[in-house]
Amino acid sequence: MTPDLFAHAAPYVGYVYPNETVIPWSLLIVVYPYITGLVAGAFIVSSLYHVFGMQQFRPIARFALLTALCFLLFAPLSLLIHLGRPERALHAVLTPHWTSAMAAFGYIALFYLVVLALEIWFAFRADIVAMARSARGALRPFYRALTLGSDDVSPNALAWDHSWARALAIIGIPSAAGLHGYVGFIFGSLKSREWWSSDLMPIIFLLSAIVSGVALLAILYVAVWKARRVELERDCLGGLAKVMWAFLTVTLVVEALEYVEMFYRAREGIGTIEHLIEGPLRSGLLIQALCSVVAFAVLSALVARKTPGARDVGWLVFSASLLMIAVLAMRWNVVIGGQELSKTMKGLLTYRPELLGREGILTSLFLLFGPLFALWLLARLLPPWLPPRAASV
Amino acid sequence: MDKDDNTTKERREFLRLLGGAVALGGAAFGLNALIGEAIASVAAVPSEPAIAGYDWTKHRWAFAVAGERCIGCLRCVEACKLENDVALDPNHFRTWVERYAYLEGAREPRIDSQSDPRDVAAAGSGGEYRFDDRYRDAQVDQAFFVPKLCNQCEHPPCVEVCPTGATFKARDGVVLIDQTYCIGCQYCVQACPYGARYLDPRKGVADKCTWCYHRITKGLEPACVEICPTHARIFGDLNDPEAEVSRFIRSRRVEVLKPETGNGPQVFYTGINKDVS
Repeated sequence: MTPDLFAHAAPYVGYVYPNETVIPWSLLIVVYPYITGLVAGAFIVSSLYHVFGMQQFRPIARFALLTALCFLLFAPLSLLIHLGRPERALHAVLTPHWTSAMAAFGYIALFYLVVLALEIWFAFRADIVAMARSARGALRPFYRALTLGSDDVSPNALAWDHSWARALAIIGIPSAAGLHGYVGFIFGSLKSREWWSSDLMPIIFLLSAIVSGVALLAILYVAVWKARRVELERDCLGGLAKVMWAFLTVTLVVEALEYVEMFYRAREGIGTIEHLIEGPLRSGLLIQALCSVVAFAVLSALVARKTPGARDVGWLVFSASLLMIAVLAMRWNVVIGGQELSKTMKGLLTYRPELLGREGILTSLFLLFGPLFALWLLARLLPPWLPPRAASV
Repeated sequence: MDKDDNTTKERREFLRLLGGAVALGGAAFGLNALIGEAIASVAAVPSEPAIAGYDWTKHRWAFAVAGERCIGCLRCVEACKLENDVALDPNHFRTWVERYAYLEGAREPRIDSQSDPRDVAAAGSGGEYRFDDRYRDAQVDQAFFVPKLCNQCEHPPCVEVCPTGATFKARDGVVLIDQTYCIGCQYCVQACPYGARYLDPRKGVADKCTWCYHRITKGLEPACVEICPTHARIFGDLNDPEAEVSRFIRSRRVEVLKPETGNGPQVFYTGINKDVS
């Protein structure tokens, strides 16, 4: 009889509070910061071109914007599905309780969504106008509506588009950083959970977010451009490798600091934290550490070598894939790890995700790959590709 | 001349952009101030629940636990589950009891609660509660029980983090949940350092001990207090200096759990030790 009673409870060792045997934030809350992180990272790549004028990112600047938008559309979905009463989700937006770190989320996310959508509109306006003229059938009114009645494509108007897109990108950088730093704050500000309660949490979230987003773009760039049979640009690949390497370096240093500080301070319950690391969280931390270190080594070699090699593309995709796994593992290790460490600091729980069910693995896969499908669709409606000639200009 | 013209132009543009940035910063600052004001206004206590003949400004409820009196019979847990319609499983409790046992020669206590699988097996089902006799043949230096429940904190972190304000602190000191407004995000469950909150799986909303608010506002005692055979749980109104709870807190050397959190817990204990948190 007893095994049935505990079928849905997290098994534990030591002593945990009885209510802790149900893990409050499960797989979907691992997926949520991962997805918002990809948004932030993808956006940064587009900004490197739009704001910092790094020409090597021109081929993927608009593609990066669409990627960011598609993932941003799925981010709130993971929160929504997680809620006990999803039909009341708007209460948090309509009657926000401002002392809550969560209350402003709706506004910040919405603000960022508007900025991103506007930037995309300005970046694509000339194309939209052209398509509104050339499209046939049902798509014609669609593009016409999308022009919002603005069909002026004179050089003067295009210059306006450009400066607006740039201004929005400038606003977008603090917004993206804010949105993701804020996600870290939701965890870091909780004093009840020793594993989360850290001032470095928002910074780690933000830095690793950028790493994962750039990694995603590197993979998509190679995969999509190969599928389109368009030549990859060496500068762009090299630039992605450098950006990934730079942000990874800082991420690794800050994460290392976090661990060193935790063990150096060695506050009450540090023994239980050691057991957490050797026990329930062992595989997660190993995956995160191994993937990060191998990717760091490969990227260091790529950045250091003077003459690009023939297999650099393969190595870049390899390290980018490792980093995407590492950051997903990091989200797991933070979100799940924090709850596997009991608030008693005298016990450990083990969370096992379910396959089906509202918050199961299948739902998570849908949330992780849904944005890619959306991106495929959106890239057909708003092709972000540059004309072959223009790319080299 | 040309150069000067350009410089002037550049200056003008820079000033224009600076103006824009300052305006934007000002707007953000204004928004910040607005949010600050909103925090101040929203953090105020919401309107009083309509309870006939009850004025929540007239009371300041408090709870005391005389740990040395608890015999671990768990009648309180049973009464609470029935009184408050808490799911009859081993994973959801508004109140629970912990057992601390120091075996001979051991430096750390062994701790369990009624939801430990072995205790559940001894009880026979998830809806019955009993401590097993696992220490019957052991050499025990010291053992005691500690009843746990919501601490109705002075500065409740669960209220602080609630994104909708569905949970709030009543004027009489009790932290309540408007379950018709809770969205079930479980941020409050995370924020409570005592593990006092849980998501009611049947309703999809947060739930926790309210010191039996429906009873105390009618002049009754919480169910766990009423049923306790050894009077280990003491409840009353601090506004009445002669109330038993007031005298208990005044005359005994009471402790609270996890004072370092700054939450200001309002359940006062005697008969616990350093290992209880």
